[in-house]
Amino acid sequence: MGEQINFKEIFRKMCLIRHFELGVAEAYKEKLIPWLVYLAVGQESPSATISTLTKGAAVFTQHRGHSAYLAHGGNPQKLVDELLGLESGCCGGKGGSPCIQDLDVPMYGHHGLIGENIPLATGHALATGKLTVAYFGDAAAEEDYALTSYGFAATHKLPILYVCEDNDLSILTPIKDRRNWQVYDVTRSMGLASAAVDDDPKEIFTAAKQLLNRLPAFINIKTCRHLWHQGNNCDGPPKSDRLAEMRKVIPGASEIETEVKAYVRNLWQKQLQKL
Amino acid sequence: MAKTVAETIKEITQQHLEQNNGLLFGQAITAVGWVNNTVPNCRNIVEFPMADVSNMGIACGAAISGRRPIIVIRFQDFMWLNSSPLVNYAAKSKDIFGTSTPIFVRSLAQKNAGCVHAAVLHSLFMHMPGFRVCSPMTPNEYQEVWHDFMVHDDPMYVSEHRTSFGNTEELKNNYDQADVTLIPISDSRFNVNEAVRILAKENIACNVAHVMWLKPFKNDHILKALASSKCGLVIDAGFEICGAAQSIAYSLIWASDKPVKALGLYDKSVGVTPETENATPDAQRIAEVVREIYKKTIKRDQYKENVR
Repeated sequence: MGEQINFKEIFRKMCLIRHFELGVAEAYKEKLIPWLVYLAVGQESPSATISTLTKGAAVFTQHRGHSAYLAHGGNPQKLVDELLGLESGCCGGKGGSPCIQDLDVPMYGHHGLIGENIPLATGHALATGKLTVAYFGDAAAEEDYALTSYGFAATHKLPILYVCEDNDLSILTPIKDRRNWQVYDVTRSMGLASAAVDDDPKEIFTAAKQLLNRLPAFINIKTCRHLWHQGNNCDGPPKSDRLAEMRKVIPGASEIETEVKAYVRNLWQKQLQKL
Repeated sequence: MAKTVAETIKEITQQHLEQNNGLLFGQAITAVGWVNNTVPNCRNIVEFPMADVSNMGIACGAAISGRRPIIVIRFQDFMWLNSSPLVNYAAKSKDIFGTSTPIFVRSLAQKNAGCVHAAVLHSLFMHMPGFRVCSPMTPNEYQEVWHDFMVHDDPMYVSEHRTSFGNTEELKNNYDQADVTLIPISDSRFNVNEAVRILAKENIACNVAHVMWLKPFKNDHILKALASSKCGLVIDAGFEICGAAQSIAYSLIWASDKPVKALGLYDKSVGVTPETENATPDAQRIAEVVREIYKKTIKRDQYKENVR
């Protein structure tokens, strides 16, 4: 892995995810999306960064998967259509927000058992021998069948990177109320290369780049979910906002964001006309 | 010399693993007799840890890669753990995502195995959309099932029974003029001939229409047998209430306009001692229920005649 970090590319992806999700939130508020939505506002940097190091990898996501889909090159228009329940959506409008799949990425969706994508991704890595990335939250990460999947990957030395987007919340229950252990300590004890980092793209990039040379591996990324587990509401200002931090340091950030924002707004307007 | 069911499974498996680059998963596969000598010693066998739920998820993940894995569940009882990835992902993926999860689930039952190893749970999978469900008991049936799996892309639940493993014979249907049609599933199929002999001595003639395909349910041969008899009895190795036998009996009643009863295990836990055993209905129990439904059917027919 000889890639150098490309902050502008990561920032552009983060902007795409943020403004796409805000578009979903607006459509949800207007009841144009009358079913469940799981938004990744605030959680843009993990997939935006990891995707720059794992091009062509098979991606397995869970319910909060719009971010990984967009970061790994999914078609935003097909995602809008999926959320609107249209046949032109990436799952023919049947899956909706939590079940995003598109083999053009290639990305595989899940069906609602929290963390079920972890063993599925593990089996995919075993059967294909190809680089596989699984994204999930800190609650999915602690599922019993997730833990045994990490162990299986270690036993068989599979080409898989497990990415835990750790927002410290299982709906609203924090980790400290759920367990007194860290998943990355468990994975390390199983023999997986493991790292725990903040959601700073530079930290993620540096750690992930090393881990990708030592697969199977597990990376825990502390992040901050701005909105509720489901839907568009929030409980006040977020504790942190990585995108806002990035705006301050990326040269030309304003122009990039303006351009992306306009693209996303046009996309939503165009697709909403289909309704 | 005719092949046994076990030899047939082994041969099919070996060909799949060596020639199709297939995969076989399971727990304790390569020890203690290689699952009653149904698994060959060859490449592409992966030993699973004792982690049933993730194991089935891993197998489903392998299935979406197209390698059509076989997973061996040594006792159907373990399906309570293994079923969640199957039901929640494998069975739905084609409908929701348009991509299939073709996995061949060999789920084994065993006679006289008490409360932990005797279950026959095909009914659970008949209940859920997205599965093909079968219970082959003969060498040719197993070949048919495998061929069906390879030409379709659905997850296949194969409800096996160790009683069948030594069997070399095909089990024949008959469509004579009869009083009752017996419609057996799983290892009850090996009990019906004795029941037919017992009942023949009492001048109750029985047809037999074997059930191998549970879902999609194939009923043409059963309807043909029922057409030449007065009533039917579906017999299963699983629990009677809300089970395969009741479901099939219900559909046959509507399809044939004949009374059809279901017979399966009693509604109680299976124990290990003879007193607590709750086994597949044997010939005596089948005969007993046939007498009961036959009497009722005769009475009903006489009543109809009198009304006319």
